[in-house]
Amino acid sequence: MFDLASFLPRAVMQGIPLLYGSTGEILTEKSGNLNLGIPGVMYVGGICGVIGAFFYEQSTPAADMNAFLAIGIPMLCSLLGSLLMGLLYCLLTVTLRANQNVTGLALTTFGVGIGNFFGGSLIKLTDSEVPSIALSATSAYFSKSLNVGGWFGQVFLSYGFLAYLAIVIALFASYFLKHTRTGLHLRAVGESAATADAAGINVTKYKYLATCIGSMIAGLGGLYYVMDYACGVWSNNAFGDRGWLAIALVIFTIWRPNVSVLASILFGGFYILYIFIPTGTNLAIKELYKMLPYVVTLVVLIIVSLRKKREVQPPASLGLSYFREER
Amino acid sequence: MENVTKRFGKVVANNAINLELHEGEILSLLGENGSGKTTLMNMLSGIYFPDEGQIYIHGEPVTIASPKDAFEHGIGMIHQHFKLVDLFTATENIILGLEGKLDIAEASKKVKEICDKYGFDIDPNQKIYDMSVSQKQTVEIVKVLYRGADILILDEPTAVLTPQETDKLFAIMRNMKADGKSLIIITHKLHEVLDVSDRVAVLRKGEYVGDVATKDADQQSLTDMMVGHTVSLNISRPEPKDVEKRLVIEGLTAYDELGVKRLDDVSFTINAGEVLGIAGVAGSGQRELLESIAGLYPVASGHVTFYPPDGGKEKELVGLDPMKIRKSGISMSFVPEDRLGMGLVGSMGMTGNMMLRSWRKGKGLFLNRKDPEALANRIWEELGVVTPSTSFPVRRMSGGNVQKVLVGREIAQSPAVLMTAYAVRGLDINTSYTIYNLLTEQKMRGVAVVYVGEDLDVLLELCDRIVVLCGGQVSGVVDARKTNKREVGALMTLVRGGNKDE
Amino acid sequence: MNKKQSLFHIAKRDTLPWYKAVLIRGGAIVLALIVCAIVTTLLTGENPIKVYSTILYGAFGTSRKSWVTFHNLAILLGISLAVTPAFKMRFWNIGAEGQVLIGCLATAACMICLGGKIPNGLLIVIMIVASVAAGALWGFLPGIFKAKWNTNETLFTLMMNYIATQLAAFFIIVWEVPKGSGKIGIINQNTEAGWLPVLGGQRYLLPILLVAILTGVMYIYLNYSKHGYEIAVVGESQRTASYAGIKVERVIVRTMILSGAICGLIGLLLTAGTDHTLTTTIVGGRGFTAVMVSWMAKFNPIMMIFTSLLIVVLSRGASEISSVFGLNHSFADILTGIILFFIIGSEFFITYKVSLRKGKKEA
Repeated sequence: MFDLASFLPRAVMQGIPLLYGSTGEILTEKSGNLNLGIPGVMYVGGICGVIGAFFYEQSTPAADMNAFLAIGIPMLCSLLGSLLMGLLYCLLTVTLRANQNVTGLALTTFGVGIGNFFGGSLIKLTDSEVPSIALSATSAYFSKSLNVGGWFGQVFLSYGFLAYLAIVIALFASYFLKHTRTGLHLRAVGESAATADAAGINVTKYKYLATCIGSMIAGLGGLYYVMDYACGVWSNNAFGDRGWLAIALVIFTIWRPNVSVLASILFGGFYILYIFIPTGTNLAIKELYKMLPYVVTLVVLIIVSLRKKREVQPPASLGLSYFREER
Repeated sequence: MENVTKRFGKVVANNAINLELHEGEILSLLGENGSGKTTLMNMLSGIYFPDEGQIYIHGEPVTIASPKDAFEHGIGMIHQHFKLVDLFTATENIILGLEGKLDIAEASKKVKEICDKYGFDIDPNQKIYDMSVSQKQTVEIVKVLYRGADILILDEPTAVLTPQETDKLFAIMRNMKADGKSLIIITHKLHEVLDVSDRVAVLRKGEYVGDVATKDADQQSLTDMMVGHTVSLNISRPEPKDVEKRLVIEGLTAYDELGVKRLDDVSFTINAGEVLGIAGVAGSGQRELLESIAGLYPVASGHVTFYPPDGGKEKELVGLDPMKIRKSGISMSFVPEDRLGMGLVGSMGMTGNMMLRSWRKGKGLFLNRKDPEALANRIWEELGVVTPSTSFPVRRMSGGNVQKVLVGREIAQSPAVLMTAYAVRGLDINTSYTIYNLLTEQKMRGVAVVYVGEDLDVLLELCDRIVVLCGGQVSGVVDARKTNKREVGALMTLVRGGNKDE
Repeated sequence: MNKKQSLFHIAKRDTLPWYKAVLIRGGAIVLALIVCAIVTTLLTGENPIKVYSTILYGAFGTSRKSWVTFHNLAILLGISLAVTPAFKMRFWNIGAEGQVLIGCLATAACMICLGGKIPNGLLIVIMIVASVAAGALWGFLPGIFKAKWNTNETLFTLMMNYIATQLAAFFIIVWEVPKGSGKIGIINQNTEAGWLPVLGGQRYLLPILLVAILTGVMYIYLNYSKHGYEIAVVGESQRTASYAGIKVERVIVRTMILSGAICGLIGLLLTAGTDHTLTTTIVGGRGFTAVMVSWMAKFNPIMMIFTSLLIVVLSRGASEISSVFGLNHSFADILTGIILFFIIGSEFFITYKVSLRKGKKEA
């Protein structure tokens, strides 16, 4: 029968990377930047964490590893890597006013390339026969959970700290957007950069900050995926199309990070639903289940555009570069 | 303001202007379109920086380099185009750009207080997109007051308001004056000037003409100051011949997408063999009128009837799109106001732009390039368009050449009706005369020419008859040979609801 | 007039001689190649000249390598041509990946379900119709929603990509050979039913020829046909389009159908022409790369030959580098990314003039 207590934790674990990605992308899009480079950013976030952890593990025997450093080094590397990606995107789209779609796609190509390349090269450095890197020691730190028994512990307390961090960040982002002045200003930039500019808001600064912080949050999604979900095993392309799914989630939640907390679990659930629904010998059905997130997102997108309700539209200046007209 | 000058390239928008504003007074800044009122005020509010001159506040010289600086000196400007985020509430818009901790409830309370104090009527928690134009304007005004401005500049605030809303606004302005605030209102409606202000300053073509206390002024003296003396332009105007009615417009009414009435029961006749001028202050419905006739603007009610030159059966144009109008054999040319945004394709060359009228001609899938190319070459030669080649993007041409291309193309359609909107705006004297001559030539060929203009001197010398629009209504139709600037000027600013004489 | 902004003055250029534009773009590519060389040298320790000769060798070293390079070029160019009409209309179709894949799927479906049951000629005709129709449908949907309700086309086409991917994944398992392997393998290996004919003993020749013809046709379509003219006007300004009597909605829908249909056709070339199979990664991200190829070429089909050649040579060459120096194949993506960034960035200097401000008060 359908085992909710074991289904939910797995859905959550699938959902967390999406939650990071979508929270990051929501912040970015609220500034009017449509960063299609998020999938690339998440790869970079993941691989940078792996690189950091890899060198720490190489230099220190597992027994001497310090929990603080074991977690801090990969996190710092991951944040730094995705920050650089965000900066690159901003440099091109905000400062150099390049087309956001083209830049984003190039960033994804680049980021996925970086991820797979360094993933592959590290494997070479370890001289091992396996086609993937296993950082089990580091991963153990990341996935350490409270391990309380019972269904309650299984559903709520069985995750590594990054999972809880994702929820905290999403809720905070939601609060930030709705209830702080900076959040208000950020939304104004995304809705109408010219109005924000006239009100004395530094549009460029907001776009840079939102996009870079958004990238860093998204990058953590990559980190969570390798270190916790995949138990420290990096294998090329394993992250798959989760980055795009994160963008889908942004639309699905209509640009609301707090909704994203639950929606990401729902999406994660779609992803693994096939395991829990008896399909008999027909394995093909599971691929159709995996289509669900995209289909529902599309439906949401269509409904939103049909309803013409102003609150549910994408930020009005999404995808547009802004610069002040000078006469 | 002392000796303030602002240039845009070669154009001097404001030339050595001196202006004084006293505490607790309402000053009207009066002038025709393009006389430099808005530019001058933009320098006060920090949007432009003066090239020369100095601004003093309470006797102290100040530098205003950004809107923020202006706010710090207590100057707030309410622009014609509202700068509001549609998705936000009134309060959110009002506090946008301010610093400190966000407390919407507290801010709403303060907004409410301001509203109560001066008699504004808005709900602080209402979203902007739900608001009427006058409510949006109120938000803009409250925004400025919230920041503690004591000098308020209102740029043509009544242009978008109904008479009732205007009265309400004026009442509020008087309240603010009583509270010790100083206000500048930019306008070109004389009765409003007389109604609300204490003093009037007049600008004309970037120059300061003078100021006068309102109680010493009347409509006539102000009109004289505003339009200046008649200048003779020596535009040749042959007597029209074979005049016959071509287009009859009856009861045309249209609304914009916000539901504001743009055309209100407009009726007049356009004759072949005549240049019909359309005068009016900016935004009186000129654009909507021409676009309605051309089938580009949704008409709510009324008729546009076409009487073919060959004496055939008349045709109703309302409800047809441009393609259908052309297909039904009516040759109507239109030189729109927005040349590159509507009349031409900026990235294409002359040839490509000629095709805008002829692309559908010829059978098959492919474009006929030969004829447009030949036409482009003809226009290039005959009108002396300065361009390296017929494939040179028109966007990169100078304004005058762009207009030559557009007018040249429209005339080449051998139209029965030729409508032009602000055909000489931004052009130099020589090009302007080229355009005048082309229009007159068309008139003598029996074309019904419509000329929407802003320069009264030109309208008076070029046109045969002039229709004057005011607030979307026809406020008068006059014979251009018999009338004078004063009469037209008065009609342009006719009080709404006044006599409408046909 | 902001004080903080006064260091640089940025203004739109009104004119830029064509040779200067070429110079800026060429300079950007050269710079990018230098950076790529530095990156490669850092990672491999080889000297850059050797690296680039390896790249060229990888792309054109043997006749087989050259054929593969030209075939890759043809496919990428084909997809780029497909997305171009939509882009010229300012319709951001990033759904080529899905449109091609759905074409592949339709082709494979015909090959599997009808292969051997009807004459081969008829089968191929049906395959062509099916793949084109499938691609067209995938283009039509975002098109109609954009035209009628202004639904964001970028996000719409993005979702359609993955719907196509999952559909393909579904059918791959339905048709898997052998059972349980999770893949289809070569379709009709013995009968070769539905395989496109091999020209001159070289199976890559047919797609290359077809795309070459397509390039010419697309160039003519965009520049000399009434449709092409309508697309250009709609892309420039919808107001001008309605002024000229162009039906904007119809143009958007029609162009998206065309765009999708060509993608479907490329799908046919992939599945029936060379690969003879269906995988979810058969398009391999080329639907996205095509966006960049088309954009870099300023939507000019002839220029696209060069931009796609640049990308393909790099990617083929980089995979050679990977195998020679024992690096990962994804190296190509990094190099491609670097070059793209430089080209994307260089556009700014073509459109805008940047000059140092001399004084604060000077505007």
